[in-house]
Amino acid sequence: MNWTIVAHSLPLFARAFIVTLRLSAISVVLATVLGLALALFREYRIPVLSQASTAVEEVFRNTPLLIQLFFLYYGFPSIGIKLTASFCAVFGMSVLGAAYMSGAFQGGFGGIPRIQIESARALGLSTPQMIRYVTLPQGLARSVPAIAANAIFIVKETSVFTVIAIPELTNTARDLIGMYYHTNEYLFELVVSYAIILIPMSVVLTLLERRVRRGSFRTS
Amino acid sequence: MDDPTTANLHAADPDSVLLSVRHLKKAYGEHTVLSDVSFDVPKGKVVVLLGPSGSGKSTLIRCLNGLESIQGGEIVFGGVPVDTSSEKEWRRLRTSIGMVFQSYDLFPNLTVADNIRLAPLKVQKRPKAEVERQMDALLGDVRLSQYKDALPRELSGGQKQRIAIVRALAMNPRLMLFDEVTASLDPEMVREVLELMLRLARRHMTMIVVTHEMEFARRVADTVMFLDEGRILERGSAHDFFTSPATDRAKGFLESMAPVSDE
Repeated sequence: MNWTIVAHSLPLFARAFIVTLRLSAISVVLATVLGLALALFREYRIPVLSQASTAVEEVFRNTPLLIQLFFLYYGFPSIGIKLTASFCAVFGMSVLGAAYMSGAFQGGFGGIPRIQIESARALGLSTPQMIRYVTLPQGLARSVPAIAANAIFIVKETSVFTVIAIPELTNTARDLIGMYYHTNEYLFELVVSYAIILIPMSVVLTLLERRVRRGSFRTS
Repeated sequence: MDDPTTANLHAADPDSVLLSVRHLKKAYGEHTVLSDVSFDVPKGKVVVLLGPSGSGKSTLIRCLNGLESIQGGEIVFGGVPVDTSSEKEWRRLRTSIGMVFQSYDLFPNLTVADNIRLAPLKVQKRPKAEVERQMDALLGDVRLSQYKDALPRELSGGQKQRIAIVRALAMNPRLMLFDEVTASLDPEMVREVLELMLRLARRHMTMIVVTHEMEFARRVADTVMFLDEGRILERGSAHDFFTSPATDRAKGFLESMAPVSDE
């Protein structure tokens, strides 16, 4: 290991680190929000949206992200729609992530005992009130472990963005290796970069999981 | 209408009847769970439903607050016929009909206080100060004030059920439904819950109680209804039912529920 090489390439990795972090953050947030919506459409069997959400889940979960990205980036221009690489990346990852997140949320909602829903109804709560005070908080708490696993999966999967030439971490490492052949140094930096994102993320998500088990509602 | 099924209740005076059920029918597809069930519940009285497992007791009281749909018959609550097919109407009525279930139905994500104040604040939209005052009084009454900010998981089974009762009472219901509320409790927790229910009965809360606690049923019931295979087989005062049941089914049931003896 030549530390001079590592030091020299640090600015490039730092820039790539920001790209990966930004695309990951946007994708995780969008995937979670969209995934929750998909799950609620299915949980409450909302006509059309529920079926659409099943279709989205099946299509995106059962095709490789790599192919989805090729399709968005190279396929759409052929029908006259030109999308930027970043847009394709975030779009593809968000929808794929949403398909997985939806499953996680559905698992969370599905685990809520029936008695909880009945006792909410017996208290006269409307469906929106029941979602807000009973099923959503409990479903979210139950979903957190699976959501956390999906979030980490999404961050790791951003490495696929390299195929549409986004200068994120994997792309940068590959470029550098291709140019200078310092495989050990660049791969070392690559692994460390991902670890810097993922280890704290994992810790925070574990803490969140503990935290979310105790909820409350505002009385004011 | 001279309905023999209500002969010994106060059916003659409509003002004294809180709940009136006529020819209620409940079926799951081809399978009939309740057939032609009719009875009145007078204000301030306690009706205890007894019967073997699967006789339809729980289903019956779940029909009375719309948790189960019905396939026929009518329900009149407080003199007003209930549109039993309207979820909206049921939602309105549920604030007048408190229900406590067998297993722990407190919301585990909310504190004891939030469990209690949720429906009064969000459903009944009552002023916060009034709800707080009432909650403090109710919690004091069941001697659980110190658990106001606790989560349900920090309570014992008996405490949870008493809080569940308080939560229902906080809506100022006109009728309380109890569905085997002590059935999943450890034996030493049963007493505190039954004592609370007895206190409510003495304060003339109108109650319909499904229970397997025979001694409690005998003490609390103004009327006992014995259900078997979805029909009311017997009804009468607790004294009459426990001392001289009219049907063999009821006799057999009471014997099966009697304390174990070694004779």
